Amino acid sequence: MSNRTRSDFGSQDLSELRRKLAGSSGPQYWRSLEELAGTEEFERYLHREFPEQAAEWHDPVGRRQFLQLMGASLALAGVSGCVVRPEDKIVPYVKAPEHVVPGKPLYYASAAVQEGYGSGILVESHLGRPTKVEGNPSHPASLGATDLFTQASILNLYDPDRSQSVTLNGHLTSWDALLNALIDLRTVQLAKKGAGVRFLTGTVTSPTVARLMDQVLGPKFFPQARWHQYEPVGHANRRAGIRLATGTDAEAVHHIDKADVVVSLDADFLSWGPSKLRDARNLAIRREPGPENKNPIRLYVVEPTPSITGATADHRWPLSSEEIQAVAATLARAVGVSDLPSAATELKAPWLATLVADLQKSKGKSLVLAGETQPPAIHALVHAINQALGNVGQTLTYHEPVAALAPEGQSGSISELADDIRAGRVEALFILGNNPVYDAPSELGFAATGAESSSLLLKVPTVVHLGLFNDETAQVSTWHIPEAHFLESWGDVRAFDGSATIIQPLIAPLYGGRTASEVLSTLIDGTPLPSRSLVEDTWRGNRSDSDFTAFWTKSLHDGVIADSAAKPKSVSLKPLADISWPKAGTGKYELLFRPDPTIWDGSHSNNGWLQELPKPMTRVVWDNPALISKKTADQEGLKDGDILKLTLNGRILKVPVWVNPGHAEDAITLTLGFGRSEDAGYRGRVGAGVGFDTYSLRTQNGFWSTRGVLVEKTGENYPLYSTQGHNTMVGRDLIRTGTHADYAHDPTIGPTPYGVVMHHEAAGDHGAANGHGHAEETGITPHGADPAKGLIGFEYPEPYRRRNDGELGNRWGMSINLNACIGCAACVVACQAENNIPVVGKDQVGRGREMHWLRIDRYYATESRDAEPSANPATHFQPIPCMHCETAPCEMVCPVEATSHSAEGLNEMTYNRCVGTRYCSNNCPYKVRRFNFFQYSDQLTESLKLQRNPDVSVRTRGVMEKCTYCVQRLTKARIEAQIKSPDGNDAVPGDAVATACQQACPTRAIVFGNMNDRSSAVAKAKEDPRNYSLLAELNTRPRTTYLAKLTNPNTAIEA
Amino acid sequence: MAQLFRPSVNTIARLVILGGLGLVFGGVGLAYLFAGSPYQTGATLIREQPVAFSHQHHVAGLGIDCRYCHSSVETSAAAGMPPTYTCMSCHSQVWNQAPMLAPVRQSLEENKPLEWNKLHQLPDYAYFHHGIHIQKGVGCVECHGRVDQMPLMWKAEPQTMSWCLDCHRHPEGRLRKPEDVFKMDSPRLPVEEGLELLKTHNIPVDRLTNCSVCHR
Amino acid sequence: MAQVHSTHGHEDNGHASSEILGGHQSYTTVTDTIADVVLKRPLGKAWLFGFAISFALLMMFLFAVTNLLVRGIGIWGVNIPVGWGFDIVNFVWWIGIGHAGTLISAILLLLKQDWRTSINRFAEAMTLFAVACAGLYPLMHMGRPWLFYWLMPLPNTMALWPQFRSPLEFDVFAVSTYATVSLLFWYVGLIPDLATLRDRATNPLIKKLYAIPALGWRGSAIHWHRYRTAYLLLAGIATPLVVSVHTIVALDFTIGIIPGWHTTVFPPYFVAGAIFSGFAMVATLAIPLRSYFGLKDYITDKHLDNMAKVMLVTGLIVTYGYMIEGFMAWYGANTYERYQMLVDRPTGAYKHDWWLLILCNCVMTQLLWFKSIRNNIILLWLISLVINVGMWLERYVIVVISLHSDFLPSSWGMYHGTVWDYMTFYGTIGLFMTLMFLFVRILPAISIAEMRELVHELHERDEARTQATPPAARTV
Repeated sequence: MSNRTRSDFGSQDLSELRRKLAGSSGPQYWRSLEELAGTEEFERYLHREFPEQAAEWHDPVGRRQFLQLMGASLALAGVSGCVVRPEDKIVPYVKAPEHVVPGKPLYYASAAVQEGYGSGILVESHLGRPTKVEGNPSHPASLGATDLFTQASILNLYDPDRSQSVTLNGHLTSWDALLNALIDLRTVQLAKKGAGVRFLTGTVTSPTVARLMDQVLGPKFFPQARWHQYEPVGHANRRAGIRLATGTDAEAVHHIDKADVVVSLDADFLSWGPSKLRDARNLAIRREPGPENKNPIRLYVVEPTPSITGATADHRWPLSSEEIQAVAATLARAVGVSDLPSAATELKAPWLATLVADLQKSKGKSLVLAGETQPPAIHALVHAINQALGNVGQTLTYHEPVAALAPEGQSGSISELADDIRAGRVEALFILGNNPVYDAPSELGFAATGAESSSLLLKVPTVVHLGLFNDETAQVSTWHIPEAHFLESWGDVRAFDGSATIIQPLIAPLYGGRTASEVLSTLIDGTPLPSRSLVEDTWRGNRSDSDFTAFWTKSLHDGVIADSAAKPKSVSLKPLADISWPKAGTGKYELLFRPDPTIWDGSHSNNGWLQELPKPMTRVVWDNPALISKKTADQEGLKDGDILKLTLNGRILKVPVWVNPGHAEDAITLTLGFGRSEDAGYRGRVGAGVGFDTYSLRTQNGFWSTRGVLVEKTGENYPLYSTQGHNTMVGRDLIRTGTHADYAHDPTIGPTPYGVVMHHEAAGDHGAANGHGHAEETGITPHGADPAKGLIGFEYPEPYRRRNDGELGNRWGMSINLNACIGCAACVVACQAENNIPVVGKDQVGRGREMHWLRIDRYYATESRDAEPSANPATHFQPIPCMHCETAPCEMVCPVEATSHSAEGLNEMTYNRCVGTRYCSNNCPYKVRRFNFFQYSDQLTESLKLQRNPDVSVRTRGVMEKCTYCVQRLTKARIEAQIKSPDGNDAVPGDAVATACQQACPTRAIVFGNMNDRSSAVAKAKEDPRNYSLLAELNTRPRTTYLAKLTNPNTAIEA
Repeated sequence: MAQLFRPSVNTIARLVILGGLGLVFGGVGLAYLFAGSPYQTGATLIREQPVAFSHQHHVAGLGIDCRYCHSSVETSAAAGMPPTYTCMSCHSQVWNQAPMLAPVRQSLEENKPLEWNKLHQLPDYAYFHHGIHIQKGVGCVECHGRVDQMPLMWKAEPQTMSWCLDCHRHPEGRLRKPEDVFKMDSPRLPVEEGLELLKTHNIPVDRLTNCSVCHR
Repeated sequence: MAQVHSTHGHEDNGHASSEILGGHQSYTTVTDTIADVVLKRPLGKAWLFGFAISFALLMMFLFAVTNLLVRGIGIWGVNIPVGWGFDIVNFVWWIGIGHAGTLISAILLLLKQDWRTSINRFAEAMTLFAVACAGLYPLMHMGRPWLFYWLMPLPNTMALWPQFRSPLEFDVFAVSTYATVSLLFWYVGLIPDLATLRDRATNPLIKKLYAIPALGWRGSAIHWHRYRTAYLLLAGIATPLVVSVHTIVALDFTIGIIPGWHTTVFPPYFVAGAIFSGFAMVATLAIPLRSYFGLKDYITDKHLDNMAKVMLVTGLIVTYGYMIEGFMAWYGANTYERYQMLVDRPTGAYKHDWWLLILCNCVMTQLLWFKSIRNNIILLWLISLVINVGMWLERYVIVVISLHSDFLPSSWGMYHGTVWDYMTFYGTIGLFMTLMFLFVRILPAISIAEMRELVHELHERDEARTQATPPAARTV
């Protein structure tokens, strides 16, 4: 049956396309052909006609690129003829809308939703076309920052592969047809009190959806129905843990800012969780030296898979998740949690005692965190530990639950749903936003694999699926409804602390998408109410109309609903003795499942920006290799790219390996979200065929980790591409690190001058790590503290300080605080979104042609200069934008002056003057320049054009490009300054303008502004003794400088 | 043995050599002239418009200020084209039956915008901001010519890059008093007053030719 | 009438002979042997075969270039950090080869080295064709080649000039000047021979075809006078170019800050290297040529021996250059330079290319110390081939290895030429060979006029000698 629906789809498409192809020409023709590309006929034709393109055809991006090339050659044919400028139209409004001024963007407050939780955003809109997402400073979960997913969400909005119409068994049909069906279904089920009705959703914090679910499940409608919640990557264990510890439902909120010592038991809180942005910000504040931060925070992390949290830690130990459970037990006993279950084993390690001592020392100022990947029991234990340490009420507070819950007896897990379906108890299943066929535990049989000949969902008479994509689940659902993206629909959502935000649409649904609340309201009222009125009803309460209008406007404007945060809740911990302790598995290797750092659970697999974004730790793109430690690799005789055959209770997965320094030994990490195929009914042209479907090995019991996997080397090999070729600094003075102790001794964390060994050399591996031990190799020793000093220390006259007429103009500069940077890569995506940076595809990245203007270098600090990164190396991140050198090597070698220096000190790249000799890139010591080797930016897909930033040129084939310090923003600020100021002065207040990367950064590691304004943050940062410029000895005089990284190691521990 | 060529061949030979050289240098010259010619720049060419709108009538005749229709010219990059409503605010009263204005009324009825043919078109990689030019005392007439004498609109200047740079390199001779900016017949300030204006208007001449001023 | 002078002007008087002119040559024999190669000799199988192969390569070149223009520079292996690959390697290689011609013609002319006469003509031709090949690469390697004219100082509506600080801009002038002067020099030298061919040709059409470029040369005293003045002047102009062109090509690298590029030793040893490779190429071509067309008497072993000596000397200079690079890297104590020169090149990812380069350019050339090897034509030919390879590798090492590991280890990367790179490279060789094959069929590969002079001068010397010796010894 599943096959039937699929084949229908095929024929459907084909007839569609033939229709489109008929009577289209020029670009239109190619656009149609691009759609045609999926079909077998074309594949065959292609293999016949262009053998060598056929290879690149299988790489989905390669395919798109090929079409671009054809398009480009068409374009070329166009320009070759001598033509007068193209004739354009001006189309004014009939009636000008309020506030809209052509050429001036507007910003609207809304919220981005992840795993059900909200984070405040401000969306930039050009003439009604959202182009960029920024954080909302007044929102508690954002504080003005965004993560990489929120930045990339704008691309999801315009994704041409989003589901575009209601379908019935794969045939195009209409929303009205669906409504009729729903109303019939409603009457039938009302009679049975909804006994056959089931709902499947993810975490729901939306008050509106919660209200509607309550009604639907309420006595008036479907009291017999059940609401199942499932998320492949969510917060189930965390909540279960709280319930286990307290006996009630509550939301636990941790406050990093109040903690002096934080112990993370595999809690990757910097990249996972509804409060990650806030946590990152607080951590950065507490790591920064200064009078207001007398004793800086110390972070201990134990984790199997290297994460950015582990990289940021002052001490990190790679342990298997079972060992981590033992650590939890040991900690618990040590801090006086007496009633441990007998099954709990302990871990004996010298460092553990020191760690405990550190915790004891800072009672009430410490915090122990357990990761979602740990079972509920551990979470419960951790609550007890924090209780014992007196952290509750200080660094850890409990609140009323934020996520909506089904009424007693009506809630259920996904496995219970599967059982009900098997038992034939389910007549109508509403899947609101989930994709169980792809991401449900494999043994449940939602996917037609292994035991199941066809999907479990085909046993349900009526399946109504609401989703952004026409995905695997949609293929086997009776009805599929295109879901509205959060940027094009009305709604509301709560943040980690319960603060609610109204989600407002920035644009009318591009593909006629609907929201969950509309579907639910149909079941309630028999006719769908518009989302807006549904949301309004939720919040109207007993307000009078005038009050409500005021409230509504204010809430929309602020992006946060005043005092909507969840009330504190007093909880009492229950005894732990009888909790079920996780059973230790058997088998040499522990198999771990983790969300992919950039694709997450697969919800972003069709997002080119995220596919091409290097994973923070491995720098791998476009793939999800199995991560293993160096030791394991040696034991199994594996190297990067060797294909491994994993067998877990009958299911087989072949996946290439990547050796990941710092990975726990005898453990294998699989990241989720890849391996989606057109056979399985996935329709994304970007995500299809990329990576390996690790969900196929994932089961209920082995949800995050399991043992008993059989490992077998196949001898086959698979190309994996990482954007960083070399992982160590080969003794060069690139990243400067020291300890807070060093800082107290001498705040200039410089490199070692000739021969002399510097004091912090002794402090663990840092010294040798970043090459201080080899300064005699470095030869020339730059004066780190002052970039205005030359290599032998004498002053250069600083150019571009003032305008020729003597006025104090703008002098742009950037400072990047390596102490704050956590390597989360939000800045990289923000830059891509702001500057129309194209996606080039796996093959091109493999050839060293990625286009990111801002990259994050990740270096391992090895014991000796050239040694292989060790079992547990220190990891350092270094964001590298253009340095905007005052004496830029790139400028003088350009034969056509396409790159030149502005009087404000910018190193400018003029794309339309570039002829593409690439000498500037060769001569750039920082290698920040990027070249359009092909026509990379997609000029054919209409919907993607809508996303482009109109203030930035879209580059064509054959021109160089690079970071501009977001010159479009600078120019805007300067012009506005001149128009505002009475004397038309162009000097911009120091901190008035932010670059895209700076704006996105959760830790405010990037500071940018006008250095001529001595009060500006950047001017201050440049005076910080830790300030140094990269490769200063070349006398490039970078405008981008760095602040040395400081760690706070526990001297009692020999790391 | 007979001569291979007639004596005249000598002359021909000389002509060929000279002609060859002439072709090389002349070719470059012609190409340059062509690039600057109206055929390429579109200057002085009149294009068909949905409504034969006369700036002469509205500006010189009725004395309507530029900003009445091009309302965002002082603050935004785009000067702004009048929505149909703006036209109808008068033409619902006057000439409200004129066949000439039928497209305007139709636009209002069908709520379909008028589609004007663009005359002043910069390449996509050149970013022009009306607001800042107005603010610095560059009169409309500098770039758009005597619009008040154009019964039908045309592009008065070539608007090539060198034309832009002429002013960006030496603005002093092309500025007007703030109050004169929108006046079609207002004179340019003499150079010495212009230099004065550079100071009072705080115009950083050394920065006007930075690439990023126009290209981003 | 012209032809009277040039053909029957002197009847067979005396037999000149020497180690730079084998056999017993008279004006007639000289003229006949050389001119007949062009006018009388039928198309040989070998020639047709060689030409066919070269032409096929040329067609492949056109295909590769078309694809390049349609799809973009991305079809090549270049990337970030290695922004230049085969394109610039081949450019420098061809330019280098192009040096021998002018050197032989101009400098040796001014130095009155009469052994040059028999090889200068096709050495110059080689120069022209090599420069033509070289000139294509800078155009092809641009991201937007159709905008190449932006590098020329032409009047334009953008009010923009090229940037004269850029070494790439120097190249534009250096290479074009060199090409122009070489062309003139070659053509002026050709004029008397064109006249000879005009007069000897029987087919009236061919007569005319040669007559037009011969510019009515009649060999009158005034013609000869002007001819010599012009020729000497051009030689004077060309001589500094030999040094300047490759110096400027060297600046393309030395002006960059990349370790492995940023060094002052480049200009001198680039020039030496150019002459090195140039002579190697002359030998590579001369040896088959003389045997195929039976010109052994004109391109004698003495010539080859002299060329071998030049190769040996320039080879030693190049070797010295390598040593200085290494020494300065160590002595300068610049960590990046040290890594590049002392670690990456000998032991890094590209170590094989580097060691092969040392073998070809430094070790093999040492064989030329031995006269026996210099006089063994086959060996000499093989060595000259090896040197061509070695000099190509030198440019590959300089361009690719320097770029692939510069300052920040994070951005180190690898470069490999793609099939299109190779097609383009062999394609230009096809272009070069095609032109060469056509040249030897259409124009005299050896300067007839100058050979006649040579015969005359040698005859004079004989005369002098015979007067000195007792009559009895006259056994002619």
